Amino acid sequence: MSAIDINASGRASAVNAELEAVLAHPSPLVEFWRAFSKNKGAVAGLAFMLLIAVLAVFAPWVAPHDPVEQFRDHFLQPPVWDGGTTQFLFGTDELGRDILSRLIHGARLSLLVGLVSVLLALVPGVTLGLVAAFSGKVVDGLIMRLMDIMMALPALLLAVAIIAILGPGLRNAMVAIALVSLPAYVRLSRASAMTELSRDYVTAARLSGAGRLRLMFVTVLPNCMAPLIVHATMSFSAAILEISALGFLGLGVQPPLPEWGTMLASARDYIERAWWVVTLPGLTILLSVLAINLMGDGLRDALDPKLKTAS
Amino acid sequence: MFAYILKRLGVLIPTFFGITLLTFSLIRLIPGDPVEVMMGERTLDPAVHAAALTRLGLDKPLPIQYFNYLSQLAHGDLGASLKTQATVWSEFKVLFPATLELAIVALLFALVVGMVAGVIAAVKRGTFADHGVMTIALAGYSMPIFWWGLLLILVFSVGLGWTPVSGRLDLVFDVPPQTGFMLIDAWRAELADPINNKGALWDAVRHLILPAVVLGTIPLAVIARMTRSSMLEVLREDYVRTARAKGLSPARVVFVHALRNALIPVLTVIGLQVGTLMGGAVLTETIFSWPGIGKWLIDAIGRRDYPVVQNGILLIATLVILTNFLVDILYGVANPRILHQR
Repeated sequence: MSAIDINASGRASAVNAELEAVLAHPSPLVEFWRAFSKNKGAVAGLAFMLLIAVLAVFAPWVAPHDPVEQFRDHFLQPPVWDGGTTQFLFGTDELGRDILSRLIHGARLSLLVGLVSVLLALVPGVTLGLVAAFSGKVVDGLIMRLMDIMMALPALLLAVAIIAILGPGLRNAMVAIALVSLPAYVRLSRASAMTELSRDYVTAARLSGAGRLRLMFVTVLPNCMAPLIVHATMSFSAAILEISALGFLGLGVQPPLPEWGTMLASARDYIERAWWVVTLPGLTILLSVLAINLMGDGLRDALDPKLKTAS
Repeated sequence: MFAYILKRLGVLIPTFFGITLLTFSLIRLIPGDPVEVMMGERTLDPAVHAAALTRLGLDKPLPIQYFNYLSQLAHGDLGASLKTQATVWSEFKVLFPATLELAIVALLFALVVGMVAGVIAAVKRGTFADHGVMTIALAGYSMPIFWWGLLLILVFSVGLGWTPVSGRLDLVFDVPPQTGFMLIDAWRAELADPINNKGALWDAVRHLILPAVVLGTIPLAVIARMTRSSMLEVLREDYVRTARAKGLSPARVVFVHALRNALIPVLTVIGLQVGTLMGGAVLTETIFSWPGIGKWLIDAIGRRDYPVVQNGILLIATLVILTNFLVDILYGVANPRILHQR
């Protein structure tokens, strides 16, 4: 169909249709859910993560046993479908602790680490990125070179280096993971702020006398949120992977706390006798990370169609 | 091209100094007294303490300490391990080939399987094969590789008994380290002494398979996703249609015409994967007791061997930024358009 056809026959109806579309425009949330729910994997991921979150919140009531209680008569008892008993559905570990309860309580730690480290990276990262975008060459260059240096080191190695300084433990691991994921936020928010800065509405706000802080956080930032939300989801899953990797190396959450990676650290010694001690915590990590990544894909498709080609 | 290399160097050098600043502060930021931490004793003779402080150069002002550190580095002095007293460089030199061998084999595995999978997914877009490849790739990308390693050991070593659990070579073989690459050393040893060392090469291969698969999993997933999307883009280009129109076989169009251009973004991804490989090596080597620099570093952190931690990280980081520099240059060669930007 050529442009003239549209002009001749469709102008009136096009205007009407447009008007209707505007009037019947669903709220942004409804619209978002429509786009998001098209992606079945994303919905499945969301459902799984909701389940994990509920289990984590209600862990003390849901978990059948205390996660650190040692049942001396039940060392390395197999799960119920492999000759175990219903008392310990997923079996017990080398100290007789109930694996299911440890996994449920472990969800608390993993989600906590994910949330805290995302926030610890997001807030300063976005601020630094906006400052870089709004500042002159010197400050911008300084911030970005610093981020280049941080990005030059492999994430896990940088985290390990930071832990080497701060010492192992839950809090230090969260700080390390946040620091590692900081540069990506800075770069992302700087890049999207830069594209927004040349837009007319920013000029208009500037002309009407908006101060720099207002321009940064009220005018520009809301329009940079889409890629940031997508990235925050992805770095949430990366944080869960990293905390478990650090736990596995003995540098993260310390035993007897039931962190998923920490649970695997000692499992290697029982690999020949007790497959469930090795399999179940890792499977939980994999499924959670996969679920969040699926959600991230759906979020990206729904919020930021420009990025769609990247996958 | 020359200007482009200079520009990349202009980024590389400040980055390197930034890394030295990081490794320099590493030992100074340790909470508490570094000498006590390193000596591991609570009550230390004050004279010994002062001597250690002087020996480590920690009694001078910070800028001078940093200058001294740089000057030591410039002289190739990376300090010595507190445990073995061997220099950091001499330990690194012996262990690095093990990591390099593992990383190269892992990357080759990831490249071959990842590109084939990515091309299949792109060509069969929207089919079962495409969805299958992409789902597996996403699972691979989400994989906690230390668990993946344990799982493979559980199935292939413990269950089926096909591969050894750990190490690089069975102790029955007498293989003198020559190149440091076990595949080459074992092969040469087998040629030199075919009776006693019968099967040495095969044994080295069997030791290498699982660690390489584990280390290659995440790069594989990334490469498969990247190849697919880059291939999809290229397949829409006019010259691909022209190639099809002039009657070339589909295989020729895909593998000769399209793949070549689709590989350019994949190349950058490979460069970025060097960092992933080094981080992954820490985990993989820990699982398989692979005597490389990743395990070395973790062991050093465990026993608070700070000179090893400090300069081990410096060496690995330098390696990563140098590789990324080389990839940037290669990228400029493969895609001359980049040379004229900005």
